[in-house]
Amino acid sequence: MQRRQLIQTAAFGTVLGAAGLGAGCASTLGQKGPRVVVVGGGYGGATAAKYVRMWSDQQINVTLVEPNTAFVSCPISNLVLGGSKTMADITTPYDNLSKRHGVTVVRDMVTSIDPDKRIVRLAGGSELSYDRLILSPGVDFMMDGLPGMAKAGAQDRILHAWKAGPQTLALRRQLEAMPDGGVYALTIPLAPYRCPPGPYERACQVAHYFSKAKPRSKVLVLDANDDVTSKGPLFKKAWADRYKGIVEYRSKHALADVDAATGTLKFEFNDDVKADVLNVVPPMRAGDIAVKSGLATANKRWCEIDFLTHESKAASNIHVLGDSIQIAPAMPKSGHMANQHGKTCAAAVVALLTGKQPNPMPIYNNTCYSFVSDEDVVHVASVHRYDATQKTMLAVPGAGGVSSAANELEGRYAMAWARNIWADTLA
Amino acid sequence: MSTPFRLIVTTALLWGTQTAWAQADALQVRSWAAACANCHGTLGVAQAGMESLAGAPKDDLLKKMLDFKAGRKPATLMHQISKGYSDEQLEQLAGYFAALKK
Repeated sequence: MQRRQLIQTAAFGTVLGAAGLGAGCASTLGQKGPRVVVVGGGYGGATAAKYVRMWSDQQINVTLVEPNTAFVSCPISNLVLGGSKTMADITTPYDNLSKRHGVTVVRDMVTSIDPDKRIVRLAGGSELSYDRLILSPGVDFMMDGLPGMAKAGAQDRILHAWKAGPQTLALRRQLEAMPDGGVYALTIPLAPYRCPPGPYERACQVAHYFSKAKPRSKVLVLDANDDVTSKGPLFKKAWADRYKGIVEYRSKHALADVDAATGTLKFEFNDDVKADVLNVVPPMRAGDIAVKSGLATANKRWCEIDFLTHESKAASNIHVLGDSIQIAPAMPKSGHMANQHGKTCAAAVVALLTGKQPNPMPIYNNTCYSFVSDEDVVHVASVHRYDATQKTMLAVPGAGGVSSAANELEGRYAMAWARNIWADTLA
Repeated sequence: MSTPFRLIVTTALLWGTQTAWAQADALQVRSWAAACANCHGTLGVAQAGMESLAGAPKDDLLKKMLDFKAGRKPATLMHQISKGYSDEQLEQLAGYFAALKK
């Protein structure tokens, strides 16, 4: 069945190939080949930019639009809070994308998209035209539900640190400044949000720091969800065994508002909580540019896509990757997954621009390591395969799983994972 | 259409289809293999602390993967990842990595 489908697809691909090549030559001869614009240089966008260049043998022009001067990794950033890594450890420049792969990196922001003219407009005033646009804008926060966050200075005092960068360091400084015996409170939004195990790892990292530097302090985890959303038993074991008396976990705590002036968290159904350091991970949705462009068709939050090509269901020639998409069942919003989206999309974009048929059955994996201390780690892994009947990616039954217990060997593998995925994305 | 001509056309069509199929197959395996790069490096050449797959003998790679899959070889997570692939897919992946430059 699978084989027969493949033959049909392949034969069809040849016909398309001839037609596609002709059309491509007519429109692009005399220019420099097809143009792809990638918006956002995170795990999804940077990977897509690199692989479109690699897999087109440098025949497709790629421009990456990214406002930051360097890539700062969300994975491993909790270790900066814990004190065992520095910002420099999680920062990688974009140089190799241009030097080794010939990606044009433009330091700017896309302010609007004209899908009819196939043009993106940049904050700096210029325009870029594209044959295919790849959007990987990550997440933006839904602060509307938290009126207190709109008050002057509130967002400087109550940090999310959920996009690695200046807030990561600022939160570390708040933790360092907190007196021993203080309380650090972390709120977690309802799933789906970026990096399911991330908040629980953060609780471990802050507790690890407290256990060494200020052991009378507390980590209070206030989770809107019914229970820990990822690696639950492993995190709960770490809190009970390693951080007894430091970490307290409370489920079903849906944040309703904040008062930055008094350091108070207000909940829908629970008593107010006061803390010395407030770390609010707000509810999130697709990045602003995707929402503004009408691509967030699922609850006005996430972008629906065709999982074979990552092309938007709302606009042709626009592809969306990473945390912005409406995820498939059991697919986490993770950096690892965004990197896989980047390669799946790059292969499809190269195929479409050269008149070939995209891969009819993507298969990729997710691996997510969480540090429960500065060296012991637990993982969750899964394999995802395209299902032609349901037209989505499904977790392969019987594959995947979690660590049996936190261990130091996986701590070393986790750092090797980081080095490899950073290189795969950026080098 | 004369019989010899028909034969030529049929053969040409068949050859074309098979070539296209082989090509599509190769691109598919390349995409599947790229999913391993997150840990094992772009084009199978890993950074420090992880095993490179590029240029390793096909039989060794395949045996390892089948051993992971069957639980014969201890692992932290490869026993979980390998179960996501059919034996035939693992063989195609092993062949792909074996053919890459070390």
